[in-house]
Amino acid sequence: MSEPERDEHTGVETTGHEWDGIRELDNPLPRWWLWVWYATIAFSIVYWVLMPAWPGISGYTRGMLGQSDRADVAADLRELQALRGERETQLLNASLEQIERDPDLQAHALAVGQSVFGDNCASCHGVGGAGARGYPNLRDDVWLWGGTLQDIEHTIRVGVRAGHADTRVSMMPAFGRDRMLDSAQISDLTEYVVSLSGREADAAAAGRAAQLYADNCAACHGPGGEGDQLQGAPNLRDREWLYGSDRASISGQIHNGRNGVMPTWENRFSPGVIKALAVYIHANAGGGEDAGAAAAAP
Amino acid sequence: MTLIIDRTRQTPAASSGPVSAAERQRAKARGTGLYKVRVPIYPKLVHGPWRWLKWALLIAMLGIYYVTPWIRWERPGALPDQAVLVDFDGGRFYFFWIQLWPQEVYFITGLLVLAALALFLTTALFGRLWCGYACPQTVWTDLYIYVERMFEGDRNARMRLDAAPMSFNKAWRKTGKHLVWIGIAFGTGGAWIFYFHDAPTLIRTFWTGEAPITAYVSCLVLTGTTYLFAGHMREQVCTYMCPWPRIQGAMLDDQSFQVTYRYDRGEPRGPHKKSDSWEGRGDCIDCNACVVACPMGIDIRNGPQLECINCGLCIDACDDIMVKVGRPKGLIAYDTDAAVAARAKGEKPKHKLIRPRTLYYAVALTLVSGVMVWGFLGRKELDVHALRDRNPAMVRLSDGAVRNGYTLKIANRTFQPTTVEVRFAGIEGARLRSPGKPAGEPLRFEVEPNRVTPVRVFVTVPYEQVGEGQQGAAFEVRAGDERQLVQTAFTFGDQR
Repeated sequence: MSEPERDEHTGVETTGHEWDGIRELDNPLPRWWLWVWYATIAFSIVYWVLMPAWPGISGYTRGMLGQSDRADVAADLRELQALRGERETQLLNASLEQIERDPDLQAHALAVGQSVFGDNCASCHGVGGAGARGYPNLRDDVWLWGGTLQDIEHTIRVGVRAGHADTRVSMMPAFGRDRMLDSAQISDLTEYVVSLSGREADAAAAGRAAQLYADNCAACHGPGGEGDQLQGAPNLRDREWLYGSDRASISGQIHNGRNGVMPTWENRFSPGVIKALAVYIHANAGGGEDAGAAAAAP
Repeated sequence: MTLIIDRTRQTPAASSGPVSAAERQRAKARGTGLYKVRVPIYPKLVHGPWRWLKWALLIAMLGIYYVTPWIRWERPGALPDQAVLVDFDGGRFYFFWIQLWPQEVYFITGLLVLAALALFLTTALFGRLWCGYACPQTVWTDLYIYVERMFEGDRNARMRLDAAPMSFNKAWRKTGKHLVWIGIAFGTGGAWIFYFHDAPTLIRTFWTGEAPITAYVSCLVLTGTTYLFAGHMREQVCTYMCPWPRIQGAMLDDQSFQVTYRYDRGEPRGPHKKSDSWEGRGDCIDCNACVVACPMGIDIRNGPQLECINCGLCIDACDDIMVKVGRPKGLIAYDTDAAVAARAKGEKPKHKLIRPRTLYYAVALTLVSGVMVWGFLGRKELDVHALRDRNPAMVRLSDGAVRNGYTLKIANRTFQPTTVEVRFAGIEGARLRSPGKPAGEPLRFEVEPNRVTPVRVFVTVPYEQVGEGQQGAAFEVRAGDERQLVQTAFTFGDQR
C-alpha cells in the first residue's frame, strides 16, 4: 500500500477496506477533536490530585480538596436535625388535639408519622396499617386498648406485654392446654361465643355454656361479651376478630390463649415523634369518627 | 473511550520508499493527514437586502435576549415581579400573565414539539432559514465577525494581518478583538442568569458575591462556550457538532427554496472582459465574490451541501457583481432544484408550495397547536385531584360499615387564599370525615394561595348501603361560585 487509495468521486482517501465493492472513506477528524481528548486526559490528572481517586492497601488517596461524600451527608443530616428541632419543640408544646386541628402541624405530624410507621410498625401492622391475623388492624374502629389520641399515644409509649414498667398487660388463659376446661366444654363455649356476635349457633350447646362463660370469661370480656378496653379485653359481639371468626379459630384461641406482644417505643422515639405517630395512626383510623366507641352488634 | 490508532505511522513501514517528514507535511496539507487542520475563513463584508435583513434580525433578537429579563410585571405579595422568570426555587415558570407549575411541564414539552414542527415546515418550504438567520450560533458568530472586522479590517486586511509577523499593530488589534469578544461572551452568560432570578437583585448580589453558586457557574460556562463557539469554532459547530444539518436532508426536497446557484444561467463560467460578448457563455464570471463572502467557507456553485446555512450573503455578493457587469440579478438566489432543472431543459419553472410533505407538517402543526390551546384554556384555577388509599383499599368497621380513605390534593393557582367546601356524592348515606375537623357536611378547608394543599378525607358507608366490588362516586368541591365534581370510586370489597 505505497500510495493511499483515493475515491474517484470525492477525492477522499479510503481506509483500504472493501466489502462487496463498497469502500469506506477515511475523512479526517478535525484536529480540535483530538485536543479535546488531550484535554480530558489533563483533566483526569488534575482530578487525581484534587479529589479522592486511587485505592491503596489501607485507604485511598484523599486529594487536596479533602472532598468526602460521607462528611457532606453528615453535614446535611446535622442541618436537617436542626430544622427538625424547631418542629419537635412545636410538637412538644402542643396538645395532641391541637396538633390535629392545626393544618400546618398536622401535615408535619402526618409526614413524620408516615415515615416512622413505615420503618417500625409496618412489619406487623402492614404498610397501610390494616393489620393481619394476630396483628390488630389500625384503620378501623376496633381498639383493644382504646382509640382516642391519648390512648394511642400511651400504647405506643408503654407497649403491650412489653418490658416497660407500666406496660399494658392482659392475659387470655390457655383453657385447653392448661386443662382448665375439657374439649367438650370448649366446644360448647365456642357455640356460645358465636351466638354472642349474632350468628347462627347450636342453641343447646350455647345454653350448656352460659354458666361456663359467666364463670371463666365474663370477668374480662363482660357479662354480655362487650369487652373492656381498660384491661384490653376484646369485644366479642362485633364483626372484628383478631385471631379469626370461624369456629376452629375461636375454639383454638380458647384452647391456646395466644397473647401478642407489642414493644415499648418510649426509649426509641423522642416524645415529639411518638406524638406525631399517634396523630398519624388516629388520622388513618378516620380521625376519631368511631374510634373508641364500643359498637353494638347489629 | 475511543481508541485512536495512528495509521500514519504505519505508512512508512508499508511503503516501498522512505517517506520524509516534509512529504508527510505536504500530505497533511492535501488533507490526507489523520487530523484535519481547520482552514481559516475570512468572510468578506457584503451589502444588500439579505445582509440588511440579517443585521435587523441580529439587533432584534439580541435585543429580545438582553431586555426580556428586565421587563417588570406586578404580582401580589412576595411573588417575583419579573415578567419572564424560571423560578427553580419556587418551582414556577412565569410568563407575563401566565404562571406554570411543575405539574404542567407538558405545556413546555408541547411548545418544544410545536417549535420542532414549525422548524420542519419552514425547512420543507424555504430551506434552513433557522440556520441562516435565527440560530444563536449564527447570530453570535455574525456579531463576533463584526467585531473582528472593526479591529482587523475586512477580508484582505485580516489575511494580511494574520500572515504578517508579530508587531505592535498586530498585537493591539488582536488583543482588543479578544477583549471585546470576552466582554460580549460575559454579557451573554451574564444575561442568561437573569432569566432564573430577580434581575435587579441578582445584578447587585452577583458583584457582592452573594448570588447563588449556580449563577456564577452558568455565567462562567456560557461565557466560555460563547467565546469558544462564536470566536474560534464558528462554522465547525454547524459542520461537526450540530445534528440539524444531517436531519434537514429528510425535510428538503427538490421543491424547497434554498440558496441556489443557477447553473442553467451561469455555465459555462469564465472571466469576462468588458468588450467580450455574452453570447455562448454563462453569466458567472468566476470572480469568487460568492466564495469569499461565505461564512461557511464553501462554494455555493457546487450545489446544495451540508455546510450551507442558507444565509443568503452570497446572493448579495453576486447581485452586486451582476449589476456591475450589467447582467440581471439572481444568478444566485432563493430557488428550488426543480425550477433550475426545468430552466436547464428550457421549460417554464413551476413552484409547488403545497406538497404532501408540507401538508403533513402543516396538519401536524395545526393539530398540536389546537391541542395546546384547548389544554391551556381548560386549565382550572382550582384543580382538585382525589387519590384513593390503595393499602388498604377499604376498611370494614365493627358494625359492618365500610370506610375508604382519600387524599385530596387541592391546587390553588390563584394568589388569594380561599375556603373550599367538600361534599361526597354518589352513594346514599355516606358520611364524610377529616381528621381534626368537626363532624357533618360540608367539610371546609382553608386553602393557601399559589400552592397545593393535601387533605385527608374518609368516607364511611353504613352497613345497610354496603354494595359489592367498586362503585363510581365523586367529590363535590365548591369554592365561592365555582363548583366542580372530582370523579373517584368507592371500594366495598368482595363480601358483605
